[in-house]
Amino acid sequence: MANGKKVEVRAPMSGVFYRRPAPDQPPYVEVGDTVNKKQVLALLETMKVFQKVKCPVNGKILEIVPQSETPLKDDDLMFIIEVG
Amino acid sequence: MFNKILVANRGEIALRVIRACRESGIKCVAVYSEADEASLHLKLADEQICIGPAISSKSYLNIESIINAAGQTGAEAIHPGYGYLAEKEEFAQACADNNIVFIGPTPENLKLAGDKITAKKIMEEAGVPVIPSSPGGVISLDEAVGLCAEVGYPVMVKASGGGGGRGIRICKDENVLREDFPIAKAEAAAAFGNDELYIEKFVQEPRHIEFQILADRFGNVAHLGERECTIQRRYQKLIEESPSPRLTPELRTAMGDAAIRAGNAVNYFNAGTVEFLLDKNDNFYFMEVNARIQVEHPITELTTGVDLVKEQIRLAADGKLDFSFEDLPKRGWAIECRINAEDPDRNFLPSPGVVEKYQPPGGYGVRLDTHLYQGYELPIFYDSLIAKLVSFDLTRDGAISIMRRALDEFIISPLKTTIPLYRKIMDDSSFQKGDFHTGYINKFVPDEDEDED
Repeated sequence: MANGKKVEVRAPMSGVFYRRPAPDQPPYVEVGDTVNKKQVLALLETMKVFQKVKCPVNGKILEIVPQSETPLKDDDLMFIIEVG
Repeated sequence: MFNKILVANRGEIALRVIRACRESGIKCVAVYSEADEASLHLKLADEQICIGPAISSKSYLNIESIINAAGQTGAEAIHPGYGYLAEKEEFAQACADNNIVFIGPTPENLKLAGDKITAKKIMEEAGVPVIPSSPGGVISLDEAVGLCAEVGYPVMVKASGGGGGRGIRICKDENVLREDFPIAKAEAAAAFGNDELYIEKFVQEPRHIEFQILADRFGNVAHLGERECTIQRRYQKLIEESPSPRLTPELRTAMGDAAIRAGNAVNYFNAGTVEFLLDKNDNFYFMEVNARIQVEHPITELTTGVDLVKEQIRLAADGKLDFSFEDLPKRGWAIECRINAEDPDRNFLPSPGVVEKYQPPGGYGVRLDTHLYQGYELPIFYDSLIAKLVSFDLTRDGAISIMRRALDEFIISPLKTTIPLYRKIMDDSSFQKGDFHTGYINKFVPDEDEDED
């Protein structure tokens, strides 16, 4: 089903980007991972509320743009996913 | 008395403490993170010192950095506010180790307040009512049936290894217990790898009533009446009032006495709050001690005439507590609405950004504790509490009218806030009659599960 189409996942609001559920746990995803629609990719913390960043499609992680624990602005690019 | 106090917090509570210091002729030091350079608390303090980057774990929760800031500025005492380091035993101990007075409970008090099982045991021994429960894990159905007959139905069966509300079953009688116990056991095993269950009396439609206490270093403990904190969403308080429309003078005396017993049982020091659940039949049960000044402290101040923050400072400086509840000039009714930068129409999603238009309410009977100003940009890193709007009048109806009018005046835009929700509640007849329980808010907002996309 791989068709090479790319999908961007952007921040729904400003917040701090976390790649791991907790500091002592592994990241949710790495570049190259196969991911499913609705799978959690990261957390975004805005004013102490954590939102799950969910994958919009089935595919593969091509790029993870921000470093973990960095603040993002509304609409900043977080992930690029190859649809497949 | 102290000459200089460092305030280890931000937002409205930092302003609250700084104002108390200024009124008392005490110099104060504000600490701030790199994201808080434009915060109002810096403008009102005598000195300002940066304690680290925006992320709280590296600034407002950074014990070393705050202790160093106190050393550099020559502050003799630290007021921790609420949240952050306020209830960290390690921080209170670090203050003591550096000859700085921690304006709050002792490290031992903080340790015990964080250990709910031990605290419950001590309270039970001191004659403070606690929620009846199984002494430990329950393995067999026969054991459960016997226990529940003692505890009284309805009961709550939950996994000993669980948390976050998962694996909880409410059983209204023995038949349901016989049906549900084996299922709960299987669920517990599947979810937590441990099929041990814990049984507790289930308090139906409870009210959350808490008592303010103050204690000095000489063993004197007083209570300052109750706060009604029943209106909550996901355990976050939204509206508080004092007194509670639910308490009779007799119940107030009984609960106040229990709060003092609780304080004495743990050798409590400084300001604290004893939280109780109250059921429909006037039974009350100890829940926990909040070992800090609380967000909702202003309603107690307005109805008792006691400035709790100044009392905290005075007691920390070895002041003596020389009054009891009976001595206080109690009067009137106070209601607080916690205004959060959240969108009640979108599952309380946070709403950061710049406050482009700010028009605060004022006039008779209005107290507003806030760090907002026009043009302020709310950082994404911190709590969404942006203002505490408090109304006061001689009667509850009067306080509701003032709150309604003040909410109408209050403009904070373009941020989304909880003001419209509170405006609706003020018009609700159940609220007006004082008739509500901890599930009340579901009448206005659906309790959505974020996972259901």
